[in-house]
Amino acid sequence: MTSVKILCPTGHLAFTPMEKDSFMRGCELKPDFIIADAGSCDMGPRPLGADQHVSLAEWQRHDLEIMLQQSRRLGVPMIVGSASDTGTDRGVDQFVGMIADIARQHRLKPFKLAAIYSEVPVSELKQRLGSGARIEGLDGRADADLATLERTDRAVAVMNADPVRKALRQGADVVIAGRSSDCAIFAAPLLNAGLSPAIAYYTGKLMECASFCAEPFMGKESILGRVEADAVSIAAMHPGQRCTPASLASHAMYERTNPFREYVAGGYVDMTDCVYAQTDPKTTRASGARFVADPVCKVKIEGAGLVGQRRLAIVGIRDPYTIGLIDKAIQWARGKLEERFGPPGQTYQVFYHLYGRNAVMESLDPKPQLQPHELGIVVEAIHKDAKKAAELCALGARNLFYARLPEVKGTAGTAALMSDEILVGEPGYEWTLNHTLPVADPLELFRFRTFNVDAQACREAA
Amino acid sequence: MTATLRELASTIRSKNAGVDHVTFDVIFRDRRNFERVRDANVLTRDSVAQLYRIEPARITHFVVYEPGNAIKFTIRRLKPSGSPGESDVFGAQQYPPLFDVQVP
Repeated sequence: MTSVKILCPTGHLAFTPMEKDSFMRGCELKPDFIIADAGSCDMGPRPLGADQHVSLAEWQRHDLEIMLQQSRRLGVPMIVGSASDTGTDRGVDQFVGMIADIARQHRLKPFKLAAIYSEVPVSELKQRLGSGARIEGLDGRADADLATLERTDRAVAVMNADPVRKALRQGADVVIAGRSSDCAIFAAPLLNAGLSPAIAYYTGKLMECASFCAEPFMGKESILGRVEADAVSIAAMHPGQRCTPASLASHAMYERTNPFREYVAGGYVDMTDCVYAQTDPKTTRASGARFVADPVCKVKIEGAGLVGQRRLAIVGIRDPYTIGLIDKAIQWARGKLEERFGPPGQTYQVFYHLYGRNAVMESLDPKPQLQPHELGIVVEAIHKDAKKAAELCALGARNLFYARLPEVKGTAGTAALMSDEILVGEPGYEWTLNHTLPVADPLELFRFRTFNVDAQACREAA
Repeated sequence: MTATLRELASTIRSKNAGVDHVTFDVIFRDRRNFERVRDANVLTRDSVAQLYRIEPARITHFVVYEPGNAIKFTIRRLKPSGSPGESDVFGAQQYPPLFDVQVP
């Protein structure tokens, strides 16, 4: 019977550095593959839109170095998905560069590296839309039209296992993939070993966040999954952690709207009838998944676009009278902004975040504090033009200082400016695309490059 | 005797589910506590809508997840995560109102 062992050291490579000890313990158990995803949408739309990474380069190198050294020492493939947080072409190139650099530094024996690119030019999306393709909205979104694409600066296609399967079949020892479904990079080698899509993708779903599927709660620790036929046995590698039926079952629902389904391009895993059994103190065996294939392969597209430049100011209020009338004071300040800039909307936006009242939950807060002891206000201003954003922010903040309230006693200033300065925020972006695009071939949106890497050089294969 | 959800559940959390939703998980270590809350009907689509003062239609999913001893629901965000003006990019601090839900 085929048995495949996968070691996963981290749920988001380099978001914080991985823990080496439990990873080395996993390596002693001779895994067949070392796999980790490096991306997420959780950090908001800016990293994709601006094409920046949020994980520190030092930590990316740290994690890649540990994984690559062990992958080469054990002679087993290593797969990294969603390179550099967002899986853009820049992210893939950055990781490829780091792999080459680490190989040079440690004088590693020659190996084959495959890079899979998943960025989709907005122009291509427009072209497909123009030829009648439906860019279907997910999660209740409307379908994308030309205006949606006009607002998009950058987009990535989210791959299923097929592109990674192809790279592995071509003999890659290291795969650096662009944006990938977390579970897909785990499914790829299992599918190549002849296992079913059900157990392949289900294993990926359970393993993708590493030690998050174990208890007690710890991040960045390794787990080892052993897949046989239609079951996977997952063990925690940290001495203080264990995988239990409860910990695996509760991880299956993590970050998903529907705990019974995991979607990838081409279908979904149905986890309705999954069963979990403790097999030893650290290990739980999971089985019972089914795979429901979609007759049309729809690839998820993520896209982000610039909204405007962003400026921030911090203002504190201690006077209980002003706090009690803060809505009036803000209304007055907004009125002054409108006098100068016209109504907010397309050209500008100003937000008042009221920390101490309901900044965190806003309209979802059932019990907003109406009379806190003091109130911290972050004024956030957005405008296409950075100078205008700064002006909006300064006026929006200082007019809290000059708030006109009928019985105010503190006539020398109704707010404390932490320091009278306007902070430069990162530009504001929005998620423009959370959609799918139908494709004839699951590989068609993805591009491949292969390299021969050794201690001297990283050369593109002919 | 009534108890609060905070006393009965081992995990009460909220987190992004994609960029347009925040999903809430109430997980019980003790199966009896799970069944007690499940059968008391104090966590339902309507009660949660009332607690968060939103239209029930904004709760896109409500699931009693037996294999995980959990009750799970999902609220649609008004704007996608991380948009200008948004205040909880991971959706990680939207759960505390659940603490005080009274369970008979």
